[in-house]
Amino acid sequence: MDLKDLYQEIILDHGKNPRNLKKSDNFNKDAKGHNPLCGDKVHIYLKVDENNKISDIAFEGSGCAISMASASIMTDLMKEKKEVEVKELVDDFLEMIKQNPELKSKILGENEKTKLMSLSGVKKYPMRVKCATMAWHTLTAAMKNANEETNTDKFE
Amino acid sequence: MNINNIKKQFPIFNNKVQNNDLVYLDSANSSQKPQVVVDRIYDFYTKEFSNVGRSVHYLAVAATNLYENTRVLVQKYINAKDPNEIVFTKGATEAINLVANTFGQKFLEEGDEILLTELEHHSNYVPWHYLRKSKGVKIKFAEFNSDGEVTLESIEKNITPKTKIIAITHLSNVTGAILPIKEITRLAHSKNIPVLVDGCQGAPHLKLDMQDIGCDFYAISCHKMYGPTGLGILYAKKKWLEVLPPYQGGGGMIREVKKEGITFGELPNKYEAGTMATAQVIAFGESIKFLNKIGIENIEKHENELTKYGEEILRKNNSVKLIGSPKDKGSVLSFTLDGVHAHDIATILDEDGVAIRAGHHCCQILHDKLGLSATARASLGVYNTKDDLDKLNESLNKCKKIFEG
Repeated sequence: MDLKDLYQEIILDHGKNPRNLKKSDNFNKDAKGHNPLCGDKVHIYLKVDENNKISDIAFEGSGCAISMASASIMTDLMKEKKEVEVKELVDDFLEMIKQNPELKSKILGENEKTKLMSLSGVKKYPMRVKCATMAWHTLTAAMKNANEETNTDKFE
Repeated sequence: MNINNIKKQFPIFNNKVQNNDLVYLDSANSSQKPQVVVDRIYDFYTKEFSNVGRSVHYLAVAATNLYENTRVLVQKYINAKDPNEIVFTKGATEAINLVANTFGQKFLEEGDEILLTELEHHSNYVPWHYLRKSKGVKIKFAEFNSDGEVTLESIEKNITPKTKIIAITHLSNVTGAILPIKEITRLAHSKNIPVLVDGCQGAPHLKLDMQDIGCDFYAISCHKMYGPTGLGILYAKKKWLEVLPPYQGGGGMIREVKKEGITFGELPNKYEAGTMATAQVIAFGESIKFLNKIGIENIEKHENELTKYGEEILRKNNSVKLIGSPKDKGSVLSFTLDGVHAHDIATILDEDGVAIRAGHHCCQILHDKLGLSATARASLGVYNTKDDLDKLNESLNKCKKIFEG
């Protein structure tokens, strides 16, 4: 195992200076996520327009470098994405973290894929996978506007 | 006492963990096991196994004697008056649930108060929580101060004529504060309030004398005490075990079972329904002998020295903030590291073979009060050395380096 795979520069950068970390006052969907094991929390705010497209996304939360970086990178990538694209990207990311060596989706450009693949180091650390996936599960809940808190214990 | 000789008795340290020597700093979570305890489990299953307390054949009688021997060893170790005051449970959690459930059933009514502290582990809060719904009781929390201590005054302030039981930790698993349980018990008894002590962290590190402390109930976790998992102990004064109802029903705890009714067995069987963790109980006898051989006073002295040393080097490290600075402190060092989340610390330390715990350590109330979602915790056992703490500090500096880039 190599720590450099896990704590790549891009992760440390997003972990220390998360993008889109603010409470959105212009949202119409939101959901909260919580990992009871470690206390990490995330709250995702979405503004979804009439064409089912995310016109604005932000998050609030606290947690380890992995969970903050994951939420930061995810919110960057999801801007201007349509509901079907969001679903495809979430599934693709979760499959990659679980088993796939690469991302399959054609939606993202090469730079965006590289950014997202920086989270793949977490695969070697089974106890830390939930840190990387919490924001993504919470985004899915937010798209459904689930009022119930997403809890990592409920993840597959 | 020679730590190297003691460490040699723990087979886990003979093996590399991910190519590293193991620096085990997670004993407050669970301690490692000496060879004698591991061997005792093996020997019992290979040479002596039988169920206890039921059959009359040779092995059954021998197993029953071994099982009861541990009860006597524990009784003597904690200076209980009677072996029947020692009840085996599946863990300290079950021990506390047993008291909360049976005491609640028999003695608590709507509006009664249970007094806990803000330092409590979830296992000394959640069992009492159920009584809010079933009995309509109120739970109060005695506050901890800026040093992470709960004082006698803090307890006294929260006692009202409605207080029916006080349940407190002996030693905080986060701040390391050792509570004045003897004084708290005197105070409580002067007001006719019984006291339960959660001894999970106290029992492995401090000399126990139930006659001196005087508490009504004391819960022990055997796996934190160089013993097997799946086993706990409830010490309870006989007067309580005689009046409280049984906790679980089943075989072994009855006297007579008829279609129209049941009478229950004598102590300690009344609280030990079903086949118990027999091998673990017998092996725990070896843990007690191991502790007796070294002497708990020697262990306490060794751990105190290490704790002071650990505090010293972590205080010198400017990026580290220790959680709590109690005057009377057990071997627990909880801390935060500037700019690095506790889980990232734990992962990076793990790469060097340094095993610590990160999270809320089952103390969310404490962490909420401190405004922290997670802390890192290094906790000590009899096998630890100053080298282990130096290694911890080195690895913490490595964390800083990774995060500062």
